[in-house]
Amino acid sequence: MPSQDGSLKAITANRLRDGVVVFLGPDWNAGGEVATAWVESFADAALFPAAEAETALAAAKPRAERAQFGVDIYAFDVETENGVPTPVKMRERIRALGPSVRLDLGKQAAA
Amino acid sequence: MNHIAPGARAGIYHYDEIDRRFVGERVEQFRKQVERRLAGELTEEEFKPIRLMNGLYLQLHAYMLRIAVPYGVMTSVQLRKLASIGRRYDRGYGHFTTRQNLQYNWIKLEDTPAILHELAEVDMHALQTSGNCVRNVTTDQFVGAAADEVVDGRVYAEILRQWTTLHPEFTYLPRKFKIAISGASSDRAAVRVHDVGLLAKRNAAGEAGFTFYVGGGLGRSPFIGKLVREWVAEEDFVAYLEAILRVYNQYGRRDNIYKARIKILVHELGLEKFKAEVEEEFARLRGPKYRLDPEIVAGIRAHFAPPPFEDLPTRSDALERAKAENPAFANWVAVNVAEHRQPGYAIATISLKPAGGIPGDATCDQMDLIADLAERHSFGELRVSHVQNIVLAHVKQDELFALWTELDAAGLGTANAGLIGDIIACPGLDYCALANARSIPLAQALSARFADPIRQRAIGELGIKISGCINACGHHHIAAIGILGVDKKGTEFYQITVGGDPTLTAAIGDILGPAVTETEAVDAVEAIVEVYLANRTDQDERFIDTLKRVGHAPFKERIYAAD
Repeated sequence: MPSQDGSLKAITANRLRDGVVVFLGPDWNAGGEVATAWVESFADAALFPAAEAETALAAAKPRAERAQFGVDIYAFDVETENGVPTPVKMRERIRALGPSVRLDLGKQAAA
Repeated sequence: MNHIAPGARAGIYHYDEIDRRFVGERVEQFRKQVERRLAGELTEEEFKPIRLMNGLYLQLHAYMLRIAVPYGVMTSVQLRKLASIGRRYDRGYGHFTTRQNLQYNWIKLEDTPAILHELAEVDMHALQTSGNCVRNVTTDQFVGAAADEVVDGRVYAEILRQWTTLHPEFTYLPRKFKIAISGASSDRAAVRVHDVGLLAKRNAAGEAGFTFYVGGGLGRSPFIGKLVREWVAEEDFVAYLEAILRVYNQYGRRDNIYKARIKILVHELGLEKFKAEVEEEFARLRGPKYRLDPEIVAGIRAHFAPPPFEDLPTRSDALERAKAENPAFANWVAVNVAEHRQPGYAIATISLKPAGGIPGDATCDQMDLIADLAERHSFGELRVSHVQNIVLAHVKQDELFALWTELDAAGLGTANAGLIGDIIACPGLDYCALANARSIPLAQALSARFADPIRQRAIGELGIKISGCINACGHHHIAAIGILGVDKKGTEFYQITVGGDPTLTAAIGDILGPAVTETEAVDAVEAIVEVYLANRTDQDERFIDTLKRVGHAPFKERIYAAD
């Protein structure tokens, strides 16, 4: 759910063993294997109001680090464009999709 | 380890058993370090400097592995190995960089030890491609072949490579340290924008020596290297450089990453004080221990002996006939082929800048083809240039047409070396975790806009260089037209500079005006070119000379007139 100002956040990391971009998924707090808390597609990512994102990040980050699952874990801003959640910054759009100059590579290639 | 001889006739340093054992041991060390990291015995904080010392970065999409190509020279066997690794562990391509290295963009940490093991099979590695050490020493891509060469820079670059690789004092410098060597009358290695820039030359007695420039660099605070010593004799080469590095190690700042490069030290200490410190240290070091023994130099030089050239006439009738019959080939020869010092031979630049393409990228199939062509036409050797092209340095003039025909069929026959389409661009925000804006799409749009080979030749020598952030990996400061990508409230903008110069008359470009959007940037560059063409005295007046003569005003007026 969006916060009062409507801003949303998602939480991302790079998977340690292969560097692949991952996002904290909707089942992030369901328990079980750490890997099941994370998803590879931004479309499947959990979206948090800003305050809740801080709480989720504070809980998920140490778990992912302790399990040697993820590195460089942080939250980023998301906006809704035509009803579709989209990263606000170009950097995060490119991480979520792949290089804008190679549409055959990255997550966009599998879409 | 299954060692594969990398090519006997190529002008590279050929490893001995000690070199191979050392590289092999480093691979095994890193294998264990990766295992410990994946097992949780090392934290990311502990592991990061270790992986960086092995060339492994974490970028936007995956790990990036930077492979060292010492002074940009490698063999066809080595390039085929790079192609093979690109297919097996990456996505079928690689990116040649402004430090004459190669980067893969889609590497898995868990695969890295295996990749380094495969590299070691052909005497390659990723050492000194990252971290606060002396990085891969760069030199002229025409080294050992150029008609204007005085001293072979490979010899001294290799001496520096061996001297710095395991040197304990240089493992934890305040910041990275980049050295370039040029031994020709034309500087093709941008020596004056390096931490240390070396001009190798000869005195009246024919002895080799060096002019030292120190404190050059780009990035956030660009500086042109300052002349520290006009002549350092060959025997003092190592001692003098060590003196510089010791002064840097002692006084260089470690409290602020943005002020840690030697350029800031030279600037803050003042040139005279810096020189005095270096001379004092040099006087202390100078002696038998640091004397560069001529026998050692001769031993290294033997690795770079000229290949077995044939005695050929200076002029090739076959070449002249082919040029007369094929205008596109004649244009490629005029633009991409340089004079060789050996009669009957030529230096061919393979442009990795097709119109609308990604500067510096080559597919693994293209790498294999270039390796084949290097074997058939250039003694199995090739070079990576700091402008992100490939050079076959020893091609018979008689064989240029056959070479070009195969290159052209593979999309590698673009005739734009040194022209406006020969754009340097860093990976930018499409790949790099540090970038603020994309570089590649702008390079693609510009090279497409100026694709016409006739127009490019009419414009003449004019370099465009694009960086996606202030770290300036795309060398924008020293471009005739430089472009810096910036982020303004989440939108990419591009700041244009003009008048930069990467040669011995080095200059930092001036900002022309407010940053513009990507579309506006393409139009702005075209406007700059039109103003230049309208104002130049004749075809021989280069862009930077016209700019010096007429000033910035006509260019500014044209671009910002509507504002």
